[in-house]
Amino acid sequence: MVSREAADRGRAWLIRALSVLVLLLAWEAAGRLAASPLAPPASTVLAVMARETASGVLPHHVGITLARVAASFLLAMGAGTALGLAMGWWRTVDLWLDSALLLLLNLPALVLIVLLYVWFGLTEAAAIAAVALNKLPTTAVTVREGVRALDAELLEMGRVFRYGRAATLRHIVLPQLLPYLFAATRSGLALIWKIVLVVELLGRSDGVGFQIQVYFQLFDVAHILAYALAFILIVQVIEWAALQPLERRAARWRAS
Amino acid sequence: MGGPATAGAPGGAVEGVVTRLIVDIREKRLAGRPVLGSLAFSLDEGEVMAVVGPSGCGKSTLLRLVAGLDRGVTGTVRWSGEGARPVPNLGVVFQQPRLLPWRTVRQNLALAGADPAEGERLLERLGLAAQADVWASQLSLGMARRLALARALAVDAQALLLDEPFASLDEGNQRLARAVLAEQLLRRPVPTLLITHDLMEAVALAHRVLVLSPGPARLLFDQAVPPGVRTDPALAAATVAALRDLAR
Repeated sequence: MVSREAADRGRAWLIRALSVLVLLLAWEAAGRLAASPLAPPASTVLAVMARETASGVLPHHVGITLARVAASFLLAMGAGTALGLAMGWWRTVDLWLDSALLLLLNLPALVLIVLLYVWFGLTEAAAIAAVALNKLPTTAVTVREGVRALDAELLEMGRVFRYGRAATLRHIVLPQLLPYLFAATRSGLALIWKIVLVVELLGRSDGVGFQIQVYFQLFDVAHILAYALAFILIVQVIEWAALQPLERRAARWRAS
Repeated sequence: MGGPATAGAPGGAVEGVVTRLIVDIREKRLAGRPVLGSLAFSLDEGEVMAVVGPSGCGKSTLLRLVAGLDRGVTGTVRWSGEGARPVPNLGVVFQQPRLLPWRTVRQNLALAGADPAEGERLLERLGLAAQADVWASQLSLGMARRLALARALAVDAQALLLDEPFASLDEGNQRLARAVLAEQLLRRPVPTLLITHDLMEAVALAHRVLVLSPGPARLLFDQAVPPGVRTDPALAAATVAALRDLAR
């Protein structure tokens, strides 16, 4: 017997798949109507993607970009979470760092990238630092809000029953912060890979951003779209295969 | 009252560690407003003291002070005992259950430092054995309150602080929870502060009853409960009536 829940999930998947199919068909039709190399149909872009994948060029560049995304993501999430925890917990830390955070939050990504490249040269470290610094303030702000929303009564309970620092963090604080951490992760992933592309375009000689720069100079829209699409697919796979199952697992206790 | 008798008189020593609570509050303010007035009493080893007063009179504030969760007070709130820490190991039942909804019933006990065997026994006694591996978020309020009581009793506490531990339990579970508490106090007599607004409950469980005025609470009187009360329903009723008269 198929449970109602499974049937519901099946139906949701079907609608999702159909919506993607409709999108692809609309793109295909529009591309064929336009009949211009500047607006290629879906089939052309997918063919380019297949060719570039078979030759190994696309996997090479996508791999490099992915590594940069992972490095700057881990850096931004780690440092941003630590900062947000400290700022949410201790008012003095918050007062000291709030202005700097606001500055960083409002500094355009491009300015930060250019400055770091000027100061530290067109290096890998500068590139990753630039991306991480762009994401760090939003993570810190999100986690700080999470800490401010912590349930004071549960923290008192932990004190009375002598949970100790590690157990308090793990069993009382972290479960309450998870929704904020997931929000930061999700927005972070979306933001970071876009900024990585700009960083690569401006100062690296490999990666998806670099390839897009090359094909921009050739006005080769099919290649530009093929690289972008490949990356969108990968980010989507991360969402489906890692983020959503993790989130479901973390929210098990909410299910009735 | 049908519950089993608690220790007739204070004095059952717990492994040589004597824990005593001394309270001498002159005033306690919250946000500039007085919530507690002049209030002095001491709670001795193995003694059960009921604190009775109208709702909102500051009983829970008193419990927070005694638990060391709030230290801003004019006067003293002090625990003493051999090698005493500022606050001893406490078993606390808060007014709200304060469970971790994202942990199971059993994990809630274990994380609070409950003795595993004692935890299982209390779950069984309080009718929660079937829920041991259920998320605490899925318990009804009555179950959550019984788990909160189990948690307070299962940790190796040097003193118990119980804030209306039987509130929002149905009749049968209230009787059950009272019986379990009375049993536990007999087995392991530790100084216990029982906050309640029910004089009958106070008389049934405590050696002494402290009656507070409406907030900011002052101590109205501090009355010993006659030893025979728990076996003699007529005496219990008379005691409650006498206390009610005094409180008026």
